[in-house]
Amino acid sequence: MKPILELRGLSKSFGGLKVIEDLDLVVGAGQIVHDDDPVVSQKDVVDDLDLSISPGEIVSVIGPNGAGKTTLFNLITGIYEPDRGDILMDGRSIVGLSPEQIANLGVARTFQTLRLFLNMTVKENVMAAAYGDSQARIWQSVFRTPAARREERQIAEMAERKLAFFGKRLMGYRWDQPAYSLSYANRRRLEIARAMATNPRLLMLDEPAAGMNPAETHEITELIGELRDEVGFSILVIEHDMHVVEGISDRVIALDHGVKIAEGSFEDVATSPQVIEAYLGYGAADRK
Amino acid sequence: MEFFLQQTVNGLTLGSVYALIALGYSMVYGILKLLNFAHGEVYMFGAFAGYGVLTILGGSSALVVPVWLAIMLMFGAAMIVSAAIGVALERFAYRPLRNSTRIAPLISAIGASFFLQAAALLMFTANSRSYNTPSLIAIETGIPLGPIRVWMVRVLVIVTAFVLMILLTLWVNRSRTGKAVRAVSFDREAAAMMGIDVDKVIVVTFLIGSALAGIGGVMVGLVFGRIFHLMGFVAGLKAFTAAVVGGIGSIPGAMLGGLLIGFAEAYTTGYISSTFQNLIVFGLLIVVLLVRPSGLLGRPELVKV
Repeated sequence: MKPILELRGLSKSFGGLKVIEDLDLVVGAGQIVHDDDPVVSQKDVVDDLDLSISPGEIVSVIGPNGAGKTTLFNLITGIYEPDRGDILMDGRSIVGLSPEQIANLGVARTFQTLRLFLNMTVKENVMAAAYGDSQARIWQSVFRTPAARREERQIAEMAERKLAFFGKRLMGYRWDQPAYSLSYANRRRLEIARAMATNPRLLMLDEPAAGMNPAETHEITELIGELRDEVGFSILVIEHDMHVVEGISDRVIALDHGVKIAEGSFEDVATSPQVIEAYLGYGAADRK
Repeated sequence: MEFFLQQTVNGLTLGSVYALIALGYSMVYGILKLLNFAHGEVYMFGAFAGYGVLTILGGSSALVVPVWLAIMLMFGAAMIVSAAIGVALERFAYRPLRNSTRIAPLISAIGASFFLQAAALLMFTANSRSYNTPSLIAIETGIPLGPIRVWMVRVLVIVTAFVLMILLTLWVNRSRTGKAVRAVSFDREAAAMMGIDVDKVIVVTFLIGSALAGIGGVMVGLVFGRIFHLMGFVAGLKAFTAAVVGGIGSIPGAMLGGLLIGFAEAYTTGYISSTFQNLIVFGLLIVVLLVRPSGLLGRPELVKV
């Protein structure tokens, strides 16, 4: 099947992130001697990464902190531009497009750090994300013509349907509550609802289970499956909770220092010596 | 009592105009965190656009069209001219600097303000003009309010301003574009990733804020008569004060701040002396900033975690 998203040799480094390599240091009696010309190399945050996601597939990205997972999301959504490599959506390069253009092509995401519009209500958060769907007719909206009112009603109904996806949790009186009054878990749910409202085909979830208790984690695991089975999204997930990763993934990709160190089924990746080393340190795979 | 009522009506008139100008200040700040110091000049050009239309239609004493039509056309022309200037400012003075340091667009705003003042001086000379409104709408017309009579022009200004403020509030809260404006003002990057066209939203904000300022310009021309190329400076400063007092970035805050500044000015002029007018207004600014740094209705900066 033709992939919905394809990354080819994607690389990104940041000027500020420099790692010293090959540094010789000799400490003698009472004096410190150091190499005059240590090799300073620029460490890539994402380095020559290939990845493809097929329609309807759930791919998880795992890796220790600083592995470049969120940077990967920022590259795909157009917040950063890659130094090298290409990002293809339905076979067409999206490198250089603005974040809103990429969103309107069908890529939506949630945020690890939660970036809801806290100045708006629950329902308004979802409605705001429907902006890109149709042409903005400013004068109609200023003068509140019947057409503009009808469209507002349609968007409100759409938002209600998206929120209904989460059972009773974001329903009824919660619609008109400000987003900041929601619990942490509900904020994560609302971010997913908001992402759904942009009408995406690829949904990217950045740590959807972070900060959730075991019951909520179980629920979100089932929900991600439903998002694929019932709505038909292709899903790219960053997650640290291995139960979630095991429960949802068709395929798992492990990153370390921006390099793909393993790819395959959950079992394959979880037992890969490189992955165990990346998480637990050099030699950890042998000790087992 | 009669005097008090008169000053109250004065304050309400002035306050409505300040509120309209302050709204543009506050909306632009809310979305770009930029103090658009050229906003006063946008208002000044609105006043001149209204004057231009009035002159074309034969002047206030020899109108060739009905008065209501003339006033509508004046408001319309002011909205178009001011909106065009506001959008041009955004495009040429601010957008190229959007990703530079925060001080750069601020300096650019001050430069744009002087540029527009000088342009107005070249186009309209330094002479002040008068709308000569009393020959347009007789000073005897009006609505009785207890012992006093409120001149029709003041009624028109106050009612128009409040209708516009209600429309704006509805638009921001209900419409799709209004929601996009609020989303962009809270988190521009996240809004972009939700498919909101940030550039368009910023343009719309400038367009609406500037059109309101243009209407404010015509209102001042109608009520106080005299317009001149430097009128935007003090009015802009007062509207800015109104926006800060109300809580910059907050739309109801700008309305409240504008009205407060208007009342403060009117009562000071009435009961103390017009000499103290600016002292009281800017003193009010200092007091509010000391007691509530985020303004009366402003929300404190959220700490991001």
